[in-house]
Amino acid sequence: MTEFEPKIVAFVCNWCTYAGADLTGTSRIKYAQNVKIIRFPCTGRIDFMLLLKAFGEGADGIIVSGCHPNDCHYTSGNFHARRRWIMFRGLLDLLGIDVRRIQYSWVSAAEGAKWADVVNTTVTAIRELGPYTDYAKVANYLEKEANV
Amino acid sequence: MNELIQKAKSLLESNTVQVVIGYGKGSADKTRAIFLTKPEDCDQLLFDSRCVQNLAVYLTKHEIKHLGKPAIVAPIPVLRSILQLAAENQLKESDLVVLGVSPESKLIEFESFGAIEVFLETHKIEIDEKYKATIDKIKAMPVSERFAFWMEELEPCFKCYACRAACPLCYCPKCTVENNQPQWIPAASHLLGNLEWHVMRAMHLAGRCTDCEACYTACPMGIPIHLLTKSMLQDVEEHFGPYGPSVGKQNTLSSFNPDDKESFIR
Repeated sequence: MTEFEPKIVAFVCNWCTYAGADLTGTSRIKYAQNVKIIRFPCTGRIDFMLLLKAFGEGADGIIVSGCHPNDCHYTSGNFHARRRWIMFRGLLDLLGIDVRRIQYSWVSAAEGAKWADVVNTTVTAIRELGPYTDYAKVANYLEKEANV
Repeated sequence: MNELIQKAKSLLESNTVQVVIGYGKGSADKTRAIFLTKPEDCDQLLFDSRCVQNLAVYLTKHEIKHLGKPAIVAPIPVLRSILQLAAENQLKESDLVVLGVSPESKLIEFESFGAIEVFLETHKIEIDEKYKATIDKIKAMPVSERFAFWMEELEPCFKCYACRAACPLCYCPKCTVENNQPQWIPAASHLLGNLEWHVMRAMHLAGRCTDCEACYTACPMGIPIHLLTKSMLQDVEEHFGPYGPSVGKQNTLSSFNPDDKESFIR
């Protein structure tokens, strides 16, 4: 049996983490290939529904990353995002959606090595947790009905 | 209740308001919202422990706005909703007359939103111990068990959106669920759509909900959706300090503090 390869979606901001991930590449730092990066103008733009949609489409883990506090290109986008994440995380936890599968981080444009580390540790953590079958069962309601 | 009836009558007679929104007799032994436009009808007004519907929901409905300036019978949950609507620039002081009803069923007249705020200082939002215990019990379950518990609870939801219709703070003319490009929330009632709808509803009320339980009361399937908003209210208090509707204050999620603390961002 082949080893489980987690599917990870990363929602990142254009100004810091995307540039940081770019630096990881130009610095020739190797990191896990499981991550699919989606670029946003700002972490403040990352709607909480997008995270649910990622799980619904079969992601096993999610990374959300942007500029460090006080570094936002739009001054306050990441502060607003931080409040939203605090509330969203509490709600997901109450609902039994596994919050260990969502990694939030601040990665600046200069932190290429940190990005590699964030991705690697997340991949390792999700590999240990295994595929997100609980959510997949709910998300694949059509297949379930077809099998009956 | 005579005071309330007299006051409503005089407001309509003097044409200070054109409609009085209050509680009246409903079917069987229930009460319902009534909209009075004639002084002689005011005898239909009543107020007792059965009057739990949050009447503030009508203040933003265009069918009611079109009747003219309203006076509204407002027990404490309605007063809280009025303040929150005012904080969100949905109501002005000159838009309505508030006929406050104290917990002892006495009529209180409020000169301004400020006066309502002062009154509510002594009637703060408090989450019932039994709900706190339930929330703690759910949070103590292992994560998959918790998910299974909620899937079972949300399963009966058939998306009638009564929770949305009953909520005074769900006043958007076009809700996210009506959006179909992209279709954020599947319209059919299956578990994924139900889950996404309730997450979205709770998130859009985060830091705004005034804990009136209108959503839970309205739910025909008795789904405990009020636990979601109650738990978020606890989270707001835990992370961002004491919470209560206030006209001068920005909503929790529309504001920020550079020193907000969390423990999960690396």
